Amino acid sequence: MDFTLTETQSLLKDTAERLVREKYTFDERKKIVAADESYSKALWDEFASLGLLGVEIDEDCGGIGGSFADLAIVLEAFGRGLVVEPYLSTVVIGVGLINTADKGDRRKDLLTQVAAGTLTLALAHGEPKSRYSLEHVETRARKDGGDYVINGAKAVVIGGDSADKLIVSARTDGNATDRNGVTLFLVDGNAAGIHKRAYRNMDDRGAAEITFENVRVPESAVLGPVGGALPLIEAANDRGAAALCCEAAGAMKAVNEITLEYLKTRNQFGRPIGKFQVLQHRMADMAMAEEQARSMVYLAVDFANEPDAAERAQAISAAKVQISHSGQIVGRGAVQLHGGIGMTIELVVGHYMRRLTSIEKMFGDIDWHIGRFAAA
Amino acid sequence: MDLKYPERAARFADEVRAFVRKELPAEIRDKVQRRQKITPEDQRTWQRKLCDKGWACPSWPKEYGGPGFDVMERMIFDNICSEEGAPSALPFGELMISPVLFAVGSPEQKAQLLPKIRTLEYWFCQGFSEPGSGSDLASLRTRAVQDGDDWVINGQKMWTSGAHNANWIFMLVRTNTEVKQQEGISMFVFPMSTPGITVRPIVTMDGEHHTNETFFDNVRVPKTALIGEVNKGWTYAKLLLGHERTSIARIGQSKRELRRLKALASEINITGAPLMDHTPFRDRVAAVEIELLALEITALRAIAKGGSPGVEANLLKVKGSEIQQKLTELFMDAAGPYGLPFDPDRGLHDGNEPIGFDEAASLGPNYLMTRVVTIYGGSNEIQRNIVSKTLGL
Ligand SMILES: Cc1cc2nc3c(=O)[nH]c(=O)nc-3n(C[C@H](O)[C@H](O)[C@H](O)COP(=O)(O)OP(=O)(O)OC[C@H]3O[C@@H](n4cnc5c(N)ncnc54)[C@H](O)[C@@H]3O)c2cc1C
Repeated sequence: MDFTLTETQSLLKDTAERLVREKYTFDERKKIVAADESYSKALWDEFASLGLLGVEIDEDCGGIGGSFADLAIVLEAFGRGLVVEPYLSTVVIGVGLINTADKGDRRKDLLTQVAAGTLTLALAHGEPKSRYSLEHVETRARKDGGDYVINGAKAVVIGGDSADKLIVSARTDGNATDRNGVTLFLVDGNAAGIHKRAYRNMDDRGAAEITFENVRVPESAVLGPVGGALPLIEAANDRGAAALCCEAAGAMKAVNEITLEYLKTRNQFGRPIGKFQVLQHRMADMAMAEEQARSMVYLAVDFANEPDAAERAQAISAAKVQISHSGQIVGRGAVQLHGGIGMTIELVVGHYMRRLTSIEKMFGDIDWHIGRFAAA
Repeated sequence: MDLKYPERAARFADEVRAFVRKELPAEIRDKVQRRQKITPEDQRTWQRKLCDKGWACPSWPKEYGGPGFDVMERMIFDNICSEEGAPSALPFGELMISPVLFAVGSPEQKAQLLPKIRTLEYWFCQGFSEPGSGSDLASLRTRAVQDGDDWVINGQKMWTSGAHNANWIFMLVRTNTEVKQQEGISMFVFPMSTPGITVRPIVTMDGEHHTNETFFDNVRVPKTALIGEVNKGWTYAKLLLGHERTSIARIGQSKRELRRLKALASEINITGAPLMDHTPFRDRVAAVEIELLALEITALRAIAKGGSPGVEANLLKVKGSEIQQKLTELFMDAAGPYGLPFDPDRGLHDGNEPIGFDEAASLGPNYLMTRVVTIYGGSNEIQRNIVSKTLGL
């Protein structure tokens, strides 16, 4: 566990924080969220030109060949900015899967495109009945000559509304909840037979329900081992959870700063409301929750790419549980301490609560992670 | 579990249930149960049915046109109506301004206002809070100055919920700046159509327009708009807020939500078994149910005591609001990933299949909006301050 920043990390931090400060003000964000497109392509290009899309991508693919710890710096800044661009789905999940599961020319080609900002990705894995259990896959891919034909439905696919390519999990073998028999396919986002119902999530990120109706892909669309993709999916889920921990830390820090300032400036009964002891204690609890969460971010970052699945699972679950509890304390507390004004959509405070709530519900909720931690 | 009510009460419960099932239009019931937006027309439709039956304004005594229910009947009526998906009464007219009118309204005011509050012809909103005066309500600055036989009002109110649907307002204004804050406040009621009033929407984080800011620019009202005596408004406000707080407890609604939560969690499967059998979740639900049972009995004791609500109003508000929030949190837990898709319309579209499951679209907005219950009606911090004061601290 290293608490100091490397030179690359300091640079990334400056870049990402400046971007958020200057280009992702709350007013700018409102415009992005109000648009028809679920994210700003112009900003995505800017992420690319600043190198933010290629943090974990090898240099020969146009990236900076960094680590998850480097990525964490960007994610924290994006948490502060409540960024809605499909960074999580493309850069954390998509790149992670391609880095570990793909090889050769296609790998190079995909990563190069991601780094350049010309390719967005989304993992279409969760299903209407799977909830958080990762082995639950009912979607089927049937072998037909040299092709696979995919049928099924995927639920709440983060970034799935806009992704150029989907990484789709489907059963090539076995029953709905078998650990074996799941295969990943790389499919064009608008391939024939794909139907999307796009929407925004509570945190304003784009997502979609996606159905696959006889979607035909060649054998070469397979990503990773046939029938053996579950470990890859578990790793991707853990990376997603770890990334959200980083985002949450940024969001909590920001909203705690805003709330603290409000306690000092809002007057009632002839004094700043921060003079009331009950609010002092609540703010103190929020500050402590933020610190506990930040500590667990270090754990999550250390284990995000850990190859030992059992060790990784336990660490990530521990982090996700702490971050989720902290997120509740901070998000709900911030709204309460602001009083009525905290309820309005015009104030950023409620949006932090919305993001922190969403984070809690993605890649496993508290019960799922507590259960996994305890069973380890 | 359910409380034991006496035989007579059980018969009354059956009667109320039969009435609601027969008279409440199914589409309104569905909207209520799915936490969707109830339109003013829906509200009026139900109010008409209640009026016809003689059950409108269930908290009112007979002499003012209420049903004159006793303690047990009121509780049962509220529980059954909520349970069966009837829209809850709008608090402003029936529950807030009316008790003040009973106590200090002039005979003319009572005769003019009460019958129309009962039919919802007069739809009230509440102009108390201001940008600088929320918890510290007594610091309010909206002014009323006497001019001949009239009063002229200038200032701004904040959070006037439903002002965009209301045609009447009751409000607190400053009528004397020379005395202690609480002693220079008066209460007025007048139509929203009075010239000089501007209503601007405030959208809350659930994406919905519930509330407003309201501006008063030389709003001239007759002296008959004054309630009770001049500069006594604070005393009346305290009476009114006691009723507001009691109404925020929403025990019947929480009982309905608890039942629906259990039903939903029995349908949702988690690794092959119903979520409702999943121990950590089941135990969290049970814990809320126990708190709610205690609160129901506390409410019964409060009603039985009679008189205007005292410190028990603070208790009911604090516990009732916290229970409501816990229920929305449990619903979000039950929804899992399907708590994420966000739709400010709460799934109220024509023809579209729901995303995930039937009620899913209402859970996120409802969870967010329910954060308000610990803020409005006097925040829970303020309620606890009052409780500790009555304890002598
Ligand atoms: C959606 C919505 C609808 C509303 N509807 C209406 C309406 O119809 N009519 C109306 O008049 N008002 C309405 N209100 C206003 C509501 O009553 C106020 O928001 C509430 O009284 C709190 O005031 P405030 O928002 O100014 O917060 P503040 O008073 O500024 O409070 C901020 C924080 O400080 C705390 N605090 C303040 N003083 C103390 C203290 N002495 N000790 C400890 N903690 C303290 C509060 O608890 C809160 O956590 C509504 C509000 C909302 C959000």
